[in-house]
Amino acid sequence: MTIDPPNPIRRITTSPLFWPLLGLVLLLIFNAIFTPSFFNLEIRDGHLYGSMVDVLNRGSIGIIIAIGMTLVIATGGVDLSVGSIMAISGAVAALMLTESNVSLWGVIPCALLAATIAGLLNGLLVAVVGIQPVVATLILMVCGRGIARFLTGEKVIALVDDHFSAAFDYLGNGHFLGMPFPVTIFVLLVLATLVVVRKTVLGLFIESVGSNEVASRAVGIQARTIKIGVYAFCGFCAGIAGLIDASNINAADTVNAGVFTELDAIFAVVVGGTALTGGRFTLVGSVVGALLLQTLLTTLYTFGFASDTAPVPKAIVIVGVCLLQSDAFRQKFRRRSAA
Amino acid sequence: MDETSTPTALLVMQGISKTFPGVRALSDVDFEVRSGEVHALMGENGAGKSTLIKVLTGVHRRDSGSMTLDQHDISPQAPIEAERLGISTVYQEVNLIPQLSVAENIMLGRQSTTAGWISWKAIRQRAQQAVDRVDLSVDIDCELRRCSTAVQQMVAIARAVDLDAKLLVLDEPTSSLDTKEVEELFKVLLRLRESNIGIVLVTHFLNQVYRIADRITVLRNGQRVGTYATEQLPRIELVGKMLGKAPQEVAEIESRTATVSDTTPSSEKMLEVSQLGRKGTVEPFDLDICRGEVVGLAGLLGSGRTEAVRLLFGLDRATTGKLKVDGKRIDKPTPRKAIRAGVAFCPEDRKREGVILDLSVRENIMLALQASRGLSDALSYKQQLELSQHYIDALKIKTPSTETPVGNLSGGNQQKVLLARWLAMNPKVMILDEPTRGIDVGAKAEMETLIESLRKRGMAVVLISSELEEMARTCQRVSVMRDRMKVGELANEDVTDQKMMEMIAQHHDD
Repeated sequence: MTIDPPNPIRRITTSPLFWPLLGLVLLLIFNAIFTPSFFNLEIRDGHLYGSMVDVLNRGSIGIIIAIGMTLVIATGGVDLSVGSIMAISGAVAALMLTESNVSLWGVIPCALLAATIAGLLNGLLVAVVGIQPVVATLILMVCGRGIARFLTGEKVIALVDDHFSAAFDYLGNGHFLGMPFPVTIFVLLVLATLVVVRKTVLGLFIESVGSNEVASRAVGIQARTIKIGVYAFCGFCAGIAGLIDASNINAADTVNAGVFTELDAIFAVVVGGTALTGGRFTLVGSVVGALLLQTLLTTLYTFGFASDTAPVPKAIVIVGVCLLQSDAFRQKFRRRSAA
Repeated sequence: MDETSTPTALLVMQGISKTFPGVRALSDVDFEVRSGEVHALMGENGAGKSTLIKVLTGVHRRDSGSMTLDQHDISPQAPIEAERLGISTVYQEVNLIPQLSVAENIMLGRQSTTAGWISWKAIRQRAQQAVDRVDLSVDIDCELRRCSTAVQQMVAIARAVDLDAKLLVLDEPTSSLDTKEVEELFKVLLRLRESNIGIVLVTHFLNQVYRIADRITVLRNGQRVGTYATEQLPRIELVGKMLGKAPQEVAEIESRTATVSDTTPSSEKMLEVSQLGRKGTVEPFDLDICRGEVVGLAGLLGSGRTEAVRLLFGLDRATTGKLKVDGKRIDKPTPRKAIRAGVAFCPEDRKREGVILDLSVRENIMLALQASRGLSDALSYKQQLELSQHYIDALKIKTPSTETPVGNLSGGNQQKVLLARWLAMNPKVMILDEPTRGIDVGAKAEMETLIESLRKRGMAVVLISSELEEMARTCQRVSVMRDRMKVGELANEDVTDQKMMEMIAQHHDD
């Protein structure tokens, strides 16, 4: 076996980040040509405004969910219940703010705890009981929303008038350093997660369990604990997203909160370059994937698509990015262009 | 001694080259098979055997070169296309579908249909004919996964033959078969040879090559060394060609490992097993191993030898008995507890239970050490690099870099990565289950030397090997197992392949 030096161009194109980034850049170029106003930024009352800021702001929920989802998918699983967990978290927070005198500093931990416990249950079903992840999390996906509705008495709890909490409102609608506060939340969460999984060996252990659980157990990695942990973390992330969502509209709307977020998160992770089969994962890729989806959605709205019909062109772009990522497809294309 | 193409050539591959990112796997290789011959393809790990086979069967596409079958140019783009052309392949790991029945597997992809409806009767009939043709008695409605590996292998061959194969390629067909099963397989191969099928046999077992092959092609480092008639190539020369060494050097390698060191093991017990067993898997057995001692577990496949060591490492839960490592009791062993106590385990199925194919060489090597240190006490990247580089050098692991995924390495090198992982832990007890399976002569000799050096370092080694000669050379003591029971023990000068064989066989006659 002789060894050739690695080709630098090939090294860039084989990086899992390359294709989602390329997709995002293409989309931005498209906007630059057809809606130059897309890149306009203005400062009003010390706050930054513009389409780009909107993308970051509206995309924050998707990014936060995608972070948790990435780790779950890296272990070879999937979590379909994140939307329902968002509803639960929002419901718990709204209920406590209206029915009790607990301050926001007590409300937030309680809502996040509820979400984390929900995730933990998913983890136990998957890792201990041994139910397939899709089925295990489907259970909570279906009944979680029911639990949330039960908590709110089957109605929308509005946080207005007497119940309005300026501090809770700040979570989803406030500004920090000129940027919408949800942006601060997702940036901090991404950084914290990156540090925990990449500066310790947790990330490697997750990849190891996702690639080969049996062999991981045989080197002494506690595969079960790791799996339970990632589902709990995914629940925690969904809890944060649920709080932001409830704060955005100052209400707990258990019917509409987080509907379809699980699918968007899975899209973001896969488009970002993490395989559904588990193993190697990239958190930054998932963030890029989520941003790509949000940019796309914003672009479609700019072009006058209604939210009901926007999924169609969205699906087309997603297929495009997935094809770009596929080695087999690219090779076919290359061969044809060579011929 | 090189022979050139003859008119009777069935398959001619000329000037085949294939490059993978960073690795030149084949360069300008010629290979030719005649109708009605068994042609052995031999070489060390990484010599390019598997790549050549995969180019032939359409798994990989060649970068350059030509291929003809029956004088027609071919370039199969996928295994199914190769099958249609008459090239059938049976891989080392049986690649049929375990959940389907034997009949369904044999007929997979070419179900008889009448107006779009499957005719199960026709399928069963044809499948029965196929198994009869290879003299296999098996219930064709049985789920494939319920059959033994040997039967699965034979089913794969039955399928291959039923595809009207002109050329049958067998990649390491015997590495999971016992002696009797190999005999059965060879009978079938000889009959197929008579019916003018060309057979390519990839194997590491010299004895088998000399029993059945008509000609031998040797590959080394992606190049063809030569093609020889079997009777004109003495064994020692074949080994020399595979290793790229002159015969006397080979003899040296063999003698170096053949001498069992006279340094006697100490009496300090590293492993004490009393009445350890698991219902329905292994009858309770005793086993003591001292510091600096290599103890073998001999027995046929299914004798309980692998099951026994799995209990030692906690991969399966023992239902009775006690286990002590270095004087300390391990209660309800799990791999984690066993590793903490200083036990290391290289499993038989290294791809499923050993190395993690997606992870890099560096990551695979540091994984066990890191797992025992816990999350908070992370090895720095620099420490990891030093650690892996140290073992890459010490064990001569052939890899382009520390960051190469282990899945890209050859079997022997994967085995070494696995060993490196455990050596980094400095274990007290090393369990090696078939460490030389599927690896070539040179690597086997290296492995024996390595075991000897572990022993000298004071490790207690448990060795399982299907090759009794290897055990006789390496072990001070051997426990013989049969029908899930330990049936006896041989020590010192009694450890010969003859005596082991007698003990295994004698109990078989009971």
